Amino acid sequence: MYVAVKGGERAIENAHAWLAEERRGDTSVAELSIAQIREQLSLAVNRVMAEGSLFDPDLAALAIKQSRGDLIEAIFLIRAYRTTLPRFGASLPVETGDMACDRRISATFKDAPGGQVLGPTFDYTHRLLDFKLAAEGEVAPAAEGTPREEATPHITEFLQGEDVIQREPVGEAVPGDLTREPMEFPADRALRLQSLTRGDEGFILGMAYSTQRGYARNHAFVGELRIGKVAVEMEIPELGFAIEIGELELTECETVNQFQGSKTEPPQFTRGYGLVFGQSERKSIAMALVDRALRWEELGEDNLGAVAQDEEFVLSHSDNIQATGFLEHIKLPHYVDFQSELELVRKLRREAEERTAGYQEAAE
Amino acid sequence: MANEMNIGNSARKAWMGLMASAPEGAMMALWDAVDDRPKFDWLRAPEVGGVMVRGRMAGTGAPFNVGEMTVTRCSLVLKDGTVGHGYVQGRSKPKAEAAALIDALMQTEAADRVQRDVLSPLADQVAQAKTKRAAKAAATKVEFFTMVRGED
Repeated sequence: MYVAVKGGERAIENAHAWLAEERRGDTSVAELSIAQIREQLSLAVNRVMAEGSLFDPDLAALAIKQSRGDLIEAIFLIRAYRTTLPRFGASLPVETGDMACDRRISATFKDAPGGQVLGPTFDYTHRLLDFKLAAEGEVAPAAEGTPREEATPHITEFLQGEDVIQREPVGEAVPGDLTREPMEFPADRALRLQSLTRGDEGFILGMAYSTQRGYARNHAFVGELRIGKVAVEMEIPELGFAIEIGELELTECETVNQFQGSKTEPPQFTRGYGLVFGQSERKSIAMALVDRALRWEELGEDNLGAVAQDEEFVLSHSDNIQATGFLEHIKLPHYVDFQSELELVRKLRREAEERTAGYQEAAE
Repeated sequence: MANEMNIGNSARKAWMGLMASAPEGAMMALWDAVDDRPKFDWLRAPEVGGVMVRGRMAGTGAPFNVGEMTVTRCSLVLKDGTVGHGYVQGRSKPKAEAAALIDALMQTEAADRVQRDVLSPLADQVAQAKTKRAAKAAATKVEFFTMVRGED
């Protein structure tokens, strides 16, 4: 039986008013602007864009402000907004080989053409709190070198020349879209990648780490990691040709994995791939490791029963909005459900007590 | 004739692409300084929507969906019948309108003036910002050197 309960309206209204006040915090402290969040908390903005699956830095910054910095709540806001947008179409695939790289490193080739470009990285910092940042101050301008004119080639191209790395199947098939059709298993690699790139960073990181620790071990090197801007082009029907409709910052990671060969494939290096909105380095490396682990079947590897090889497990649990929705709904009123459970437990207890009493009588 | 069309298309592709991702502040500042705005009618009033961005598996393989981006588009027609389309990244309707008007004007005899006062300076600003970023990246390039021990 469903019983509607009314009476919470005023409490809810007052709770939301208090939330607004708490969000603002101490009014003697200056209020944050959207631009400040966008510019100074840009990695949080990037995460919200990646997992919200919508590239719009101002919207992500607004969502972070509204959610008081709760990034999963912010991602929820972006996902909800995203569903209200009419879909104009799909872009042509972005060409990451033409990326204007801010950062580009390889753990496998020291002298790769284009070089090792560190970019604005946390690597090699000492991870000591910098108390200078607690005070306001000018930032010295970053050093400048001679800008590279030409595009930076992908590193795996060099391995491909020698034919020691698995070739990627090419094709122009229209990829499935999990925002339009519910995910079904087995999912193809296009759907897996779409799911992983919007998946929760913590979850994907945990899965990736499990493969490194020995569950579905596939020893990975970062063949290449690049961060920078790429142009997005789309065919415009009214024009009859494609134009650039914008520019995105992306992080791309390609792993090169040891591979002894299998029943169907010769010994060679295999690949995992990560591509994520924004400067999202940890996420894109993790994505590449999990992508590689999920490819066991196409590479003819054994299913070792590791969770990172189980696409249904990985993909069904990587979405933090689905997860938090189901997890958090249990805090909402379940009075009637609980009332019936309570009745049931009372009844079972009564029966158990009667049985015990019966045994005792029989024993006496 | 076909060749002329292609040259026209590639020029149009260049100016539309420039305006799509140029910073709104810079573009609107240049556009606001242009007087005598033509009258127009909407063919499609500005609307905000999403475009699904695709990538390629391993950078070179088959396509997959990465996620959406916001785009604002509109179409208008000048009194002389010239049609302009605006497609810009983000959610700014004024920027989409400006892009469509500039697209239309670039097909009229005002083209040289709009190119000189808006598009060329905008392209310069965008190129400068890109070069500056590339220069900062270049300064973080690792220069490996090998230590040589002993005497020769």
